[in-house]
Amino acid sequence: MKRKIGLAWSLGTKQKIVVIVAAVGAGFGLGFGIAHLLGGTIAYWGVVSGPFLLTLRVALPATVIAGVTGIASGYALAKGRFPGRNLLETIGSLPIILPPTVIGYYLLETLSPGTQVGGFLTRVVGHDLVYNVTGCIICSTVAAYPFCLRAARASIEGVDPRVEQAARAMGLPNWRVALSVTLPLARRGIAAGLTIGCARALGEYGATLMVGGDINGKTRTLSLAILDSFTTPERNAMLLILVLMAITAMVGVGLLGRART
Amino acid sequence: MTAALDVALTRRIGAFDLDVAFTMESGISVLFGPSGAGKSLTLALIAGLIRPDAGTVLINGRVVTDCARHIHVSTQDRRVGMVFQDGVLLPHRSALDNVALAVRQGDGRRARRAIARSWLERVGAAEFVDRRPGSLSGGQRQRVALARGLAGEPALVLLDEPLSALDAKVRGELRMLIREVIVSAGVPAVLVTHDAEEAEETGDLIIAYDDGRVTGRRVVERPTPPTGGDPPPETGASA
Amino acid sequence: MTALVPHSWLNGLGIPPWVWNPLSVSLRAAFEATVVVAVVGIALGYLLAKGRFPGRGAIESFFSLPMALPPTVVGYYLLTRLGGPGPIRNAEVSLFGHPLTFTFTGIVIAQIVESFPYCVRFSRAAISGVDPRFEQAARAMGLPQWRIALLVTLPLARRGIVAGVAMAFGRALGDFGATMIVSGSVPMATTMSIALYNAVAYGPHHQAMVLALVQLGVALAILFGVSRLGKVRPW
Repeated sequence: MKRKIGLAWSLGTKQKIVVIVAAVGAGFGLGFGIAHLLGGTIAYWGVVSGPFLLTLRVALPATVIAGVTGIASGYALAKGRFPGRNLLETIGSLPIILPPTVIGYYLLETLSPGTQVGGFLTRVVGHDLVYNVTGCIICSTVAAYPFCLRAARASIEGVDPRVEQAARAMGLPNWRVALSVTLPLARRGIAAGLTIGCARALGEYGATLMVGGDINGKTRTLSLAILDSFTTPERNAMLLILVLMAITAMVGVGLLGRART
Repeated sequence: MTAALDVALTRRIGAFDLDVAFTMESGISVLFGPSGAGKSLTLALIAGLIRPDAGTVLINGRVVTDCARHIHVSTQDRRVGMVFQDGVLLPHRSALDNVALAVRQGDGRRARRAIARSWLERVGAAEFVDRRPGSLSGGQRQRVALARGLAGEPALVLLDEPLSALDAKVRGELRMLIREVIVSAGVPAVLVTHDAEEAEETGDLIIAYDDGRVTGRRVVERPTPPTGGDPPPETGASA
Repeated sequence: MTALVPHSWLNGLGIPPWVWNPLSVSLRAAFEATVVVAVVGIALGYLLAKGRFPGRGAIESFFSLPMALPPTVVGYYLLTRLGGPGPIRNAEVSLFGHPLTFTFTGIVIAQIVESFPYCVRFSRAAISGVDPRFEQAARAMGLPQWRIALLVTLPLARRGIVAGVAMAFGRALGDFGATMIVSGSVPMATTMSIALYNAVAYGPHHQAMVLALVQLGVALAILFGVSRLGKVRPW
């Protein structure tokens, strides 16, 4: 195992990204292919493609948003010296064990146009935040965020401060030190957080069910569609796609996430 | 008379290459040399915590390691006592409990604890037997560690820089204590240090180490032990 | 699933049955699940930390799968294994008389699967983090390996291990997707998270509010406790 990881790491960063994208693409492609084989007819593809594409539309932006905010807040918690840092991290970690229905409930309370806060937000943003794709994205972002946050904080804290000090001594401003020195050095742990966050975003169910509303064609992601088509053959295809997507993410965690945090 | 310890070992770790051989008859032998010379590695090999690439270790004439014949007695069965640089005492147990764990003879818990207590008295730790290591000073912890290393009536005691983490004054006090207690217990010992004074004051035999090799050995001139009162005049006899 | 405590007590405390019933189901299921998870998880964590066999990383990744797999996938898999035809179902019928889907035990099994990774990972990390010299000293003292594990290694790793068990318990309490699929919100075996879903979908609003608040409080308390136990980060 060690040697394989060594091989993976001996590739340059750009090549690694290509490998990961290729692996994800292969996973998706494989899912497509096998779904086709299983389904055997275009009709099944018609049923499966909707939720599949919707899941992509939801999980990818969610991972990006969770990743960016997670890294930013992880950096702030790692470097900041204000009281209550651990309290903030605890609150940010809630979605890990908080039941998804509780998350869904509170999201509905804060985002539904009927409520005070929700009404205000809806006016500000310009369109509804619930019972549509936006609501699904919000749910998946919330699900992914704690993992990105914790992984980012841990790996940023693990960066040798002397390297940053040397960069600052060279005259680089703080933001450049962060971008060019700290984050690249912490990339292993951050990547692990991103991959497991992505897996969680893909699989989000309880909150999405409540906030999205499980509307066929509009908010029925793969996780929800599997249950709806429970007694029909295309659920096999959907399950397979979902499993492959998640396993790709897990392989990513396995390869990248053996960083000592 | 069988040698207390007979060592001939080679071991390579990364770029470091250890190749040493020495014999000690009795008393305290000091492995002396700079950091990274392989002294602690030697102790680990004697204790059986690491296997050598080739070689033998005999403790009191008993073969505990013989690579050629595929003999490797487990650490548990070697009966070596160990004293580490910072004690490595169990933080969740009292000093007495820590030492009692090492006691092998005595039937029953009571008997073992009594034996542990007497060892703690011998090292001057009687006052804090019930305290936890966290509440003890460095010097006090090392006294407990010494008691623990001896309480099991081992065939050999290994001390890895036992005083290096302490300040000079405490080091001075404990040097004498170490020698006294070990000699009166009659247990052969191997002590690792990079402190020349410590080597002179505690050792009967000094084995010089450098970069994985033994570079010399020297017997330390000692007057015969005092029986009380003033030490006798120098007789010039070798140890 | 009857309440754990007489109704007269509850009325005295002012806790209505629509809170206490799902709460007692959740607590009982999570407790049973956590007992199993703790025993097996700590043991596996020890083996993974101390063992010298190849594929340790793969084994840990395998047991971590439920953390990354969508709960619907886990739930569906359990439903078909436990309920659909096959050797597992046959074993259940011979042991329990009936398959375990749509039962309380089914919920416990779903929670075991979902919370297991937390215990294993935290335990493995904590046990690996123990200074090896403690074990070396213990070996020199002549203690056999099992005594070293019990007297030295595990006590020294106890903070991380307790954190792992606490996280597993919290995860079991908070499970929704897998539980829902395996048990189907049978009235006799409804957990807090499912009760909340029902309250939001059909029930009175104030019930949803209370149920959500209770679960939020519990999750916060557990996370707080875990953070107080110190820095053990298995991911």
